[in-house]
Amino acid sequence: MRLVGENVGGERGGERIFSRLGFTVSAGNALLVTGPNGAGKSTLLRIIAGLLVQAEGTIRLETPPTTFETLAAATHYLGHLNAMKPVLSLDENLRFWRSFNGTGRCSIDEALELVNLAVIRHLPFGYLSTGQKRRAAIARLLISDRPLWLLDEPTAGLDKTSETQFTGLMQKHLAGGGIIVAATHLPLGLAAMELSLGTSA
Amino acid sequence: MGALFIRDIRLGLRAGGGMLIGILFFLTIIAVIPFGVGPDLKLLARIGPAMLWIGALLATLLGLDRLFQVDRDDGSLDLLIMGEERHMLALTVLIKCLAHWTASVLPLVVASPLLGLFMNMEPQAIGATTLTMLVGTPAITLIGAVGAAVAVSLPRGGLLVSVIILPLTIPVLIFGVSASYGAIEDPAPFLAPFLILAAITLFFAVLGPFAAAAALKSSTD
Amino acid sequence: MSDAVSKTGRWIDLANPTRFLNLASVILPWLGGLTILVLGIGLWMSIQAPDDYQQGATVKIMFIHVPFAWLSMMCYTIMTIAALGTLVWRHPLADVSAKAAAPIGAVFTALALITGSLWGKPMWGTWWVWDARLTSVFVLFLMYLGIIAFTRAMDDPAKSAKATAILTLVGFINIPIIKFSVDWWNTLHQPASVLRMGGSTIDPSLLWPLLVMAIGFTLLFFTLHIMAMRNEIWRRRVIAMRRVAARGAERRTVQ
Repeated sequence: MRLVGENVGGERGGERIFSRLGFTVSAGNALLVTGPNGAGKSTLLRIIAGLLVQAEGTIRLETPPTTFETLAAATHYLGHLNAMKPVLSLDENLRFWRSFNGTGRCSIDEALELVNLAVIRHLPFGYLSTGQKRRAAIARLLISDRPLWLLDEPTAGLDKTSETQFTGLMQKHLAGGGIIVAATHLPLGLAAMELSLGTSA
Repeated sequence: MGALFIRDIRLGLRAGGGMLIGILFFLTIIAVIPFGVGPDLKLLARIGPAMLWIGALLATLLGLDRLFQVDRDDGSLDLLIMGEERHMLALTVLIKCLAHWTASVLPLVVASPLLGLFMNMEPQAIGATTLTMLVGTPAITLIGAVGAAVAVSLPRGGLLVSVIILPLTIPVLIFGVSASYGAIEDPAPFLAPFLILAAITLFFAVLGPFAAAAALKSSTD
Repeated sequence: MSDAVSKTGRWIDLANPTRFLNLASVILPWLGGLTILVLGIGLWMSIQAPDDYQQGATVKIMFIHVPFAWLSMMCYTIMTIAALGTLVWRHPLADVSAKAAAPIGAVFTALALITGSLWGKPMWGTWWVWDARLTSVFVLFLMYLGIIAFTRAMDDPAKSAKATAILTLVGFINIPIIKFSVDWWNTLHQPASVLRMGGSTIDPSLLWPLLVMAIGFTLLFFTLHIMAMRNEIWRRRVIAMRRVAARGAERRTVQ
């Protein structure tokens, strides 16, 4: 399984912010998208997720046939927003995403244990602190199996301990044959290729 | 899909009394009418079905603009759109509409017989109006979903949605009101406009979600 | 804070939610028992009361309708006093009291409207007329619902307290309008007959059951109000404890 981007160009507000990007990430590898603010890191991730249309080029996920029909179906997208409802409890939120995205190897209990939120799973999501909210969003990645993780500043709001923990989770995902594409300005502690945006321009 | 329905119902019930505000708005509209047209009971009874329908129409539009915007604000909308392969987006929209209708519009329909009494309507007129509203209001929600999807990326789209939607709901109003009058005024038929009303609802149950899904897909930026 | 407490002086016992809860647990059984007793006596007296020579047995609706209507106004008055308590004296329980009273007031108002309409159907031939008294009570009902919706829409009680208090105070204008509507406008609803200058116009055989029922329902109101206040205090504590729990979970992971 490989994620291949060829000659990819992206636009924001009608203006071309990057063009002719090429990358190949094979199973078990991570790609770090780096660059200054406004270089188009988030745009690239949203293009890969299928939420934005690229201005040029192609992106495809080369998989054994019959596993996934579209790229989006094989993808977990963790954006700036956590996609959780503040009035529903942590448990209710995760149960919804699990039934919507499909079940995975990890049960909700195990996922919450992995991100250290098991004790407060009954609390409304709105009561959680910023870091706890982020960890809950990370738990969403664990409860449904998707090989490709698109992470946009995944460690925003996390403290040192949680960051280390999250690195462990990402390494586990890679070891299991997953692919990670992360936009970040911090080292995530992963051995990864780096795609630097906005430097040549 | 059931999970989405349950989630949206829960949100509708828990998030700050939205249902109560809808009913209150409906009550207030009906309470204001006698001040406008005068407390003549015969007149009120005659215009009652029409007033109930207009009140319900306006109360249904209330909160409809937030249908997709809340999901957009917390990032859920992206994931709902990305789930297209597992759950067709149009179906997701339809489920969201049904949940919204159940949590915020159905209470209006349930409250309408009571308001019929305030308008001094005959039992038959009340029954007919409630029945037509039960069949017709889903169409308003489904049409509204298109407006809500089109305006989802506008930060202050609320009023705009109502302005876009109101002209489109006129057929629903026409047939809803004429079916209600058909049940009480002898020469006018009840069944024909009622069936057309049901057809409108079914028609928009197909067209609305597809149009809304298309609008949502192009809204992600 | 200690300055404020000394100013409020004798209110100190009630100002402390814990003291209020203790007091409530002592009072409630007695108050509840008394309510049942008085309402029981009132009900028995109502059944024993003679039928009206004009209205027949329908007149007995009065025994519940009048107390409901009276309570709908009294409850709003209590909420207004509580609103003053929030704005002027900054009494910590005033906001709790107002919030707890609103749903009870709304129910009593709704019951007054329903019983009135049940009474009106045989008397006036219609369930509802838009005369001054009925309309103003209906407006009162809408105001109750508005206040409830408003308190529910804002999740932070500290913020919603003042806004709700101001809203309640503005709405108080309606209470005198309801009271005097039957005198100011010529309406279908009968004018005041129990409380008026120059004595009541009601026959004692009907007046006594009415008074007992009114006392009974007033006791019921206070029982329910104290229970609702207790629930509200508990609810706020649960919310506070949940926030503590969310923070506590963090400390556990760090250690």
